[in-house]
Amino acid sequence: MAVAVEKKPMRKVAIYGKGGIGKSTTTQNTVAALAEMGKKVMVVGCDPKADSTRLLLGGLAQRSVLDTLREEGEDVELDDIRSGGFCNSLCVESGGPEPGVGCAGRGIITSINMLEQLGAYDEENELDYVFYDVLGDVVCGGFAMPIREGKAEEIYIVCSGEMMAMYAANNICKGILKFAETGVVRLGGLICNSRNVDNEAQMIKKFAEKLGTQMIHFVPRDNDVQRAEINRKTVIEWNPEVKQAGEYRSLARAIDSNKLFVVPKPLTIPELEALLMEYGLFN
Amino acid sequence: MSDEATDSPQAHEGLVPSAAEAREQMLEIYPKKTRRKREKQMLVNDPGSPGEIGANSRTVPGIITQRGCSYAGCKGVVIGPIYDILHITHGPIGCGWYSWLSRRNMTRIRKAGETNFLQYSMSTDMQEEQIVFGGEKKLALAIQEAYDEFHPKAISIYATCPVGLIGDDIHKVCREMKQKLGINIFGFSCEGYKGVSQSAGHHIANNGVFKHMIGLDDTPVEGKYKINILGEYNIGGDAWEIDRILALCGIKIIGTLSGGVSYDDITNCHMADLNVVMCHRSINYMAEMMEKKFGIPWFKVNFIGINGTKKSLRKIAKYFGDKELIDRVEEVIAKEMSEVRPVVEDVKTRTSGKTAALFVGGSRAHHYQDLFEDMGMKVISAGYEFAHRDDYEGRDVLPHIKMDADTRNIEELEVEQDPARFNLRGTADRKAALQSEEFSFSDYEGMMRQMGKDTLVIDDISHHEMEKLIEIYKPDVIGSGIKDKYIIEKMGVPCKQLHSYDYGGPYAGFKGAINFYKEIDRMTSTKVWKYIHAPWHDAAPAAEAAAAPEPVNA
Repeated sequence: MAVAVEKKPMRKVAIYGKGGIGKSTTTQNTVAALAEMGKKVMVVGCDPKADSTRLLLGGLAQRSVLDTLREEGEDVELDDIRSGGFCNSLCVESGGPEPGVGCAGRGIITSINMLEQLGAYDEENELDYVFYDVLGDVVCGGFAMPIREGKAEEIYIVCSGEMMAMYAANNICKGILKFAETGVVRLGGLICNSRNVDNEAQMIKKFAEKLGTQMIHFVPRDNDVQRAEINRKTVIEWNPEVKQAGEYRSLARAIDSNKLFVVPKPLTIPELEALLMEYGLFN
Repeated sequence: MSDEATDSPQAHEGLVPSAAEAREQMLEIYPKKTRRKREKQMLVNDPGSPGEIGANSRTVPGIITQRGCSYAGCKGVVIGPIYDILHITHGPIGCGWYSWLSRRNMTRIRKAGETNFLQYSMSTDMQEEQIVFGGEKKLALAIQEAYDEFHPKAISIYATCPVGLIGDDIHKVCREMKQKLGINIFGFSCEGYKGVSQSAGHHIANNGVFKHMIGLDDTPVEGKYKINILGEYNIGGDAWEIDRILALCGIKIIGTLSGGVSYDDITNCHMADLNVVMCHRSINYMAEMMEKKFGIPWFKVNFIGINGTKKSLRKIAKYFGDKELIDRVEEVIAKEMSEVRPVVEDVKTRTSGKTAALFVGGSRAHHYQDLFEDMGMKVISAGYEFAHRDDYEGRDVLPHIKMDADTRNIEELEVEQDPARFNLRGTADRKAALQSEEFSFSDYEGMMRQMGKDTLVIDDISHHEMEKLIEIYKPDVIGSGIKDKYIIEKMGVPCKQLHSYDYGGPYAGFKGAINFYKEIDRMTSTKVWKYIHAPWHDAAPAAEAAAAPEPVNA
């Protein structure tokens, strides 16, 4: 007789952060670590460039939801737009228009609705996690889609000790605050993707504290990440033994056991600048 | 109940509060900020020195405005009536559908070989796919398809709101398709959200017509007295009545912008010697630009009402200064008036002393006052939907109008004199001589100078103000539009639509005046409005009399 196993609800995670900060790299490496732990994870890339799943798929070009929708019309099946990646992870790319035309934000809305209709989130998929990897800042309504209407419930912001990265993180917190008031979305923490800035860990820890959250992990800078990327792989797949693989495993475990979900308290600009003065000009 | 008791407008005179009191009653319910804004848009009129009115400002959200959007002003009003241009709306289907023949601008083919496309409504029918990936390709396909099917002389493209939001470059598509197909193709960035009302769309339309059509065809036009009529949209056949009268006088109309007019008329209309302007608001830009570039002088006319029509005809004749024309005009007036006079005299016996209110357009609220005056009726209140200060206070205020951000967003074309084609039509001396006889050019004195003292001027009237106005004045008729027509009629006051003329018209010129007199006579003399009386209004006192403890819903 089958034993009724209590199924934990799927965790819905969105990764935001300033453009170029390493969201896609961090997301895929973390997802690889979660998948290695035996978790069933789906990654939804929310960037018109459609490059959020390259490392998990080994560089395979993924047909985006929007391209498929355009070419196939209404007759789209889940398998047309979802591919299996490293360690049974599932990969989807929302896709979008070429730069300078149309509305990429609207595209993300269309694409997530499509995934829902096709049952990508249904229980039979037995997903432990869905990760949304979202382009840049919260630029318009479309890019806020994952944090609206409960599409994503926990947000992690990738940042570094650089001024503009912190500024963007603070801005994203404003977006979360807006939607947290009416919905379920909460901030799970800051992921510091180190740029080797002075006092970086202390500063981001302090910044996180002021926001009412935590620095969930400090990912040191390591060229193994780039080596793995050149090989179109996550670090864990490329070389599970290297130190950086351990860093991503630690981050994955921290997320998996995270209990601190808050409504952030964004800083004023003077507060943010004071923080930079205090830590950035320490020497 | 006596039918006579409430029949005479004089019966309730004396009980009616003054304009200032009525204004206060309309304003008192508003929150402070709304009140401050509406105060500037509601004035007690002094024709001797019109006050400054807060016209062409943003509508207060929630007041239930009569206003329309920029797309409606551009496609719907100014360019839509050109019958052999193929008009394509670039956007989701609603904008095209609901602007399909809804304005009653009448059209008929006048020459063999011409085509009338106005019975069609064309749209690119944008879907979500075009919103996400951009709609330029679909627009190009639509132009190609329309061209293959209809082979028009020209194609005009209108942008709707989403096109502006996603940044489709309709002008680039137009240029490319123009080159490819070898016909004139041009676009209008008249996204609905531009400006505070449809007025922005008029300006955008004027710019586009001037840039892409005016002056393309220099073929000389036969005729001694050649004019254009600007701002006449042939609602219910108005332009045809004006055509008829001017033809009797021997005056040639090259282009009527834009009513019952073809693409060729418009490309050739700079060959005229005079522009006369009907609707100042929607087309004064064109009159100014044509004068700057080609030297064509302009003045304001009004063919609505017999006095307006007579004055306008005489002014045109005087402009040309030809004895033959002046005499001919007098003959035509005399002959036409012999038909109008008995009708107006008869109608007047019933309409004299009755009251009207007009809330419509950017010039109609002014023009129609003449017709009511002909019938001995008093206009107690009037206002425009989308006019600017100059349409109320006269063009002398133009230098003093504050440029706000909303106006600045609409392009102002830089127009220069055309070195080859600029021509002052008659010598400068002649113009100076006319002006010394108090003959004015480039003029418009505005509505307020012609309106009675202590009448109420209300710009962009709100729903609440309209209800209050009816409550206070119970006018015998209100001239308005479809958005408030049935609310007004539910309150027991007949409403004449002066945008579409309901199903009637023409009302311009002499025959039009006869139509209007008869229509207003019919509407204000009928007893039917007395029967618009909800049964529970009668039931309540009956219930009270019976001393019923609970009110009875009859």
